[in-house]
Amino acid sequence: MNTVSSPATPAAAEPEHAASYLQDGHGIKSWIMTLDHKRIGVLYLISILAAMFLGGLFAMLIRTELLTPTKTVMEAETYNRVFTLHGAIMIFLFIIPGIPAALGNFVLPLMLGARDVAFPRLNRLSWHLYVIGALFAIYSLIHGGADTGWTFYTPYSTTTTSAVVPIVFGAFILGFSSILTGLNFIVTIHRFRPPGMGWFRMPLFLWALYATAIIQVLATPVLGITLLLLIVERVLGVGIFDPTLGGDPVLFQHFFWFYSHPAVYIMILPAMGVISELVSTFSRKHIFGYKAIAYSSVAIAFLSFLVWGHHMFVSGQSPMANMIFSALTFSVAIPSAVKVFNWVATMYKGSIKMDAPMTYTVAFILLFGIGGLTGLFLGALATDVHLHDTYFVVAHFHYTMMGGVLMAFMGGLHYWWPKIFGRMYNEKLANIASLMIVVGFNITFLSQFIMGSLGMPRRYYNYRPEFESYHQWSTAGAYLQAIGFILVAVYLIHSLRRGRLAPANPWGSATLEWRCASPPPTENFAQQPTAGDPYDLKPLVFDPKLGGFTYRAESAEGVA
Amino acid sequence: MIHSIPAVLASLVPLRASNAFWLPEEGTAAAGQVDWLFNLILGISVFFFALIAVLTIYFLLRYRRRQGIEAGQPPTHHTWLEITWTVIPTIIVIVIFYFGFTGYMDMKIAPENALEIQVTGQKWQWLFSYPNGHVDPDLHVPVDQPVKLIMTSEDVIHGFFIPDFRQKMDVVPGRYSTVWFNVSRPGKHIIFCTQYCGRGHSDMSAWVVVHPPGEYEKWLTEVGDEISKLPPAEAGEKLYLTRGCKQCHTIDGGASTGPSFLGMFGRSETMKDGAKLTVDENYIREAIIDPQAKIVAGYQPVMPTYKGKLKDNEITVIIEYLKTLKR
Repeated sequence: MNTVSSPATPAAAEPEHAASYLQDGHGIKSWIMTLDHKRIGVLYLISILAAMFLGGLFAMLIRTELLTPTKTVMEAETYNRVFTLHGAIMIFLFIIPGIPAALGNFVLPLMLGARDVAFPRLNRLSWHLYVIGALFAIYSLIHGGADTGWTFYTPYSTTTTSAVVPIVFGAFILGFSSILTGLNFIVTIHRFRPPGMGWFRMPLFLWALYATAIIQVLATPVLGITLLLLIVERVLGVGIFDPTLGGDPVLFQHFFWFYSHPAVYIMILPAMGVISELVSTFSRKHIFGYKAIAYSSVAIAFLSFLVWGHHMFVSGQSPMANMIFSALTFSVAIPSAVKVFNWVATMYKGSIKMDAPMTYTVAFILLFGIGGLTGLFLGALATDVHLHDTYFVVAHFHYTMMGGVLMAFMGGLHYWWPKIFGRMYNEKLANIASLMIVVGFNITFLSQFIMGSLGMPRRYYNYRPEFESYHQWSTAGAYLQAIGFILVAVYLIHSLRRGRLAPANPWGSATLEWRCASPPPTENFAQQPTAGDPYDLKPLVFDPKLGGFTYRAESAEGVA
Repeated sequence: MIHSIPAVLASLVPLRASNAFWLPEEGTAAAGQVDWLFNLILGISVFFFALIAVLTIYFLLRYRRRQGIEAGQPPTHHTWLEITWTVIPTIIVIVIFYFGFTGYMDMKIAPENALEIQVTGQKWQWLFSYPNGHVDPDLHVPVDQPVKLIMTSEDVIHGFFIPDFRQKMDVVPGRYSTVWFNVSRPGKHIIFCTQYCGRGHSDMSAWVVVHPPGEYEKWLTEVGDEISKLPPAEAGEKLYLTRGCKQCHTIDGGASTGPSFLGMFGRSETMKDGAKLTVDENYIREAIIDPQAKIVAGYQPVMPTYKGKLKDNEITVIIEYLKTLKR
């Protein structure tokens, strides 16, 4: 063997069973009162997976109800609550915090070679606020749940008798959690970059998290104010949005989308960051067009603030405003397209291994491609008028959010799982499950595209019989996905105890988190390492003895 | 003019979009133009998706990891390639934007001579008021005549959507919104509500009935004095079915948003404030004109007022109808 551990990877050279952050403290209190970013990341991971399970359960209820054109298993009032909770839980409790708060919290300081985030106490507060916000949502659920749809449109939301206030207040609190995480990440990235890591030597996941954090900090307060105004109108009867009290219902839509459009980029930008890491690692290639990808993240973050009006093309907004918002909307398409081309180009002449994270990466590129391209139909005014508020929009949204964000989250989860828990999962089962999820996903939502362009409106409890077969295909696909996700849960939980011990660098990535042990010790690194090019994978070679990658002896100097 | 390209091309292409299984029937000429743009974007999308998918799958197979073969080291960026794949999509989206915008403006600006019909959305029914004062649950229009709808809502936001015309507009309380269309063939087309409005949202549909030349005027005079021609209770039943009563009040004693009409007349009811009263002509009249004045215990004050929407003789026949609903 002519390979030894590089001096730049001190942790990798240490024995595998050095005290990890997982062993540092026992009992519930050592977890919920922890200041360690890794433990907070794990707490977030458990919380968002619980939210995903709950949201998924509601999705199954929706799809089951829609098997027949009239009542299948529940009443209309129940159905309206179920789809509201599905949307609200998935958006506010799963997708928004998913990648940044769970994976980002764990990975960001490690990628910087840092000890922790800049404000560990603030970080813990973020998670505590998340839990409090989630409890309000559950309180609303117990009290019958809200029936407004996750968009809370007025005046329906201010006049319905369902439990709107607790869930809106929950979303209000979750906003603070999101703001604090964003603030923490901005400061950490500014202050804690290691020697050798200039802005353009930052891993692209950090660029994505940085761009996301800016949106979180700037846009979320608007949601907070909007939701507060909604509560003020409902509880105190002050006329803001309800025309019978002298308010303007369309004003709410402007406020709401001023946050909620940037919010979809809070969701998708970190996902794009994950994909940039994964496509490079599993192709064993330097990322193609680093600067273009980094700049496009920032461009998307900036443009995301200027396109909210495209949710309101048929709301009564003036044709002039519609024209401007349509034009601005198309401008977002370009940086997104550039990223996709860069990822595909990264694979060119690579050495591609279809491990589970890469399977999800390919799924992301293709499904997000469909999600993005179908956005063209919705950005164009004439076609949007027809497609607005139909299943076409539902399918488009799920292709970007589920085909996009969720696939990237799954890819990232499988990629960092060995780092987080120090165990490898069953690769074969992972590939089978990913195939079931991807196939099921397409069956579910391709049929919804067709239904939508045929005119099937969204949020319908009863529907016309000509849509029945599309709905049944959609439901069948959803069940297949559910089986896939259950399989994922089974092998991941199994891996926690029975999985093979993970090497420090199982995939051969050059970013810094792979230079400490799996799982990392509490202090991450004995001293902050020096960063090199995060995508220079050439010096990394596979060592069958370790079951992972390590630095070539001769190149050790160059890396340090 | 570039503006007319969609119309010209749509007429040249033999396979009309209405034949495509993914789009509904084309009820208007404007729908044909929307479909032309839809299919143009579809073509562009299929091309780009195929490009990405073929390259991705080719790379996955061609460059799959093999023992002893390392990844190549092609350049990590290529300025001209990157400029190309930025500029081409930019040009394409500008083209799509342009046709989307001009097509939209054509569908937005109604001609001067359009026939105006008033539309009211309420939970959970559409009501169409015609120039002679007749109110109908369906939209009746003459063929080959521009029709402009002036729409408002009684309660929450509704969405007015005719898939066959590719037309949609939110119907907002406290303001007016409009759509217009010109239908070229007699027929029937479905109207959906597309803005979520509660329990009956998915049942809030109606029909567009397109009359052959001359028939629309005939229909309008026929229905115009219907109320005075029918026996009172029968006229009342017709109003019950068509003017938004049945959405919340059953006639079989079943529970719904409002109290059932079965056996209501002459019944003693307890009000929200504890007062008791007997349902008589005057109470029913008040409940229709000022619904929030006295709410029956156990119900929410959610009924919209019918003041100015039901005429005196219409309220009278509704009361006559309620009298016939005995237990």
